[in-house]
Amino acid sequence: MSDISTPALGPTFTAGFWKENPVLRLLLGMCPTLAVTAALKPALTMGCCVIFVLTCSNIVVSLMRNLLKPHLRILMFTLTIATFVTIADLILKAFAADMSAALGPYVPLIIVNCIIICRAEACASKNGLVVSVIDALGMGLGFTMTLCVLAGIREVLSTGKLMEVSVMPSAFVPWAAMGMPVGAFITLGLMLGLVNIIAKKTS
Amino acid sequence: MDTLNTLLLGFISIVLINNLVLTKFLGICPFLGVSGRIDMAFGMGMAVTFVVTLSGILTWMIDHFLLMPFGLEVMRYVCFILVIAGAVQLVEMYVRKFFPPLYESFGIFLPLITTNCAILGLCLFINLWEINSLLEASVLSFGAGVGFTMAICIMAGIRENLNLVDVPQCFRGAPITLITAGLLTMAFMGFSGMIK
Repeated sequence: MSDISTPALGPTFTAGFWKENPVLRLLLGMCPTLAVTAALKPALTMGCCVIFVLTCSNIVVSLMRNLLKPHLRILMFTLTIATFVTIADLILKAFAADMSAALGPYVPLIIVNCIIICRAEACASKNGLVVSVIDALGMGLGFTMTLCVLAGIREVLSTGKLMEVSVMPSAFVPWAAMGMPVGAFITLGLMLGLVNIIAKKTS
Repeated sequence: MDTLNTLLLGFISIVLINNLVLTKFLGICPFLGVSGRIDMAFGMGMAVTFVVTLSGILTWMIDHFLLMPFGLEVMRYVCFILVIAGAVQLVEMYVRKFFPPLYESFGIFLPLITTNCAILGLCLFINLWEINSLLEASVLSFGAGVGFTMAICIMAGIRENLNLVDVPQCFRGAPITLITAGLLTMAFMGFSGMIK
């Protein structure tokens, strides 16, 4: 890492948690956020897939960053990502067939998840290997955490259970709408509003 | 007559009942990003309709005539994304040549159609639903584009009025748009059950 502007590793890692949280602050990767958060388990699986793809693609992009031609850059990123998504999809089909069926087309849709291409462009194509990997892990974890919080809220309210274990008192009437698209949009909207309030208070 | 029936039902279903934006959460980025003004939203919808129709037909043909006979299904995602990137490049060149003002106002969102999940999503859904005729695939692709245009235009119409409303400071922008979209999906839920 002889680059003069090598960023410190600690802040790079934690940036994705809150300050540059991909979903809540940068509004990236909204489609999977809304689509797979009806329950906690698919959300967690999705998060793991995204961490895997993000880390691998950042490694490859970072290694080939000096060979990239500007006008072919985005195409190379997309092809790299598509390759790793195919790998992730095949692994998931082999070892977690039920999850693969539940997630359906949203696993291949990681290819067009803006987070990954954004990190490739903004971080991996400018920085060395270590920084890129740390950045990918931080961003991936931030994404997974957001997904899990959203999925947790929705699963508890729509079924009264969390990971198939009852957590609500028996008098609780499930809100069926939370499991439907309506619940996804409104919960995320309220979450974004809350994050805006907190960000304003703390700054 | 039977074929016509299937096609018509498929078209209505993808526009209203299985609307990609409102029930499958595909194409949310442009849905939030470009829905500020109704003319831009319509332009975006037209561009997406063109790309999605073209890439829906092309990917169906590649899938059925190239990948399946040779057992190359593993290459599916890579091929799909290449076709879409090519189609977007075509649209970009066309718009830049013939509609320069529109090209200026789209800015970054035009090349970003490549990463619009609605397009790749539709190609994958056509594959998933095992559509076996080219005609049906092309009707579905076109319907998906029409559905997207409709959703984004409705949203733009609402947002133009939303500008005049006193929204709490912290909910301006994306949060209120998402909540509005939520209410819109609730309205669209009324269509479900219309076709078995």
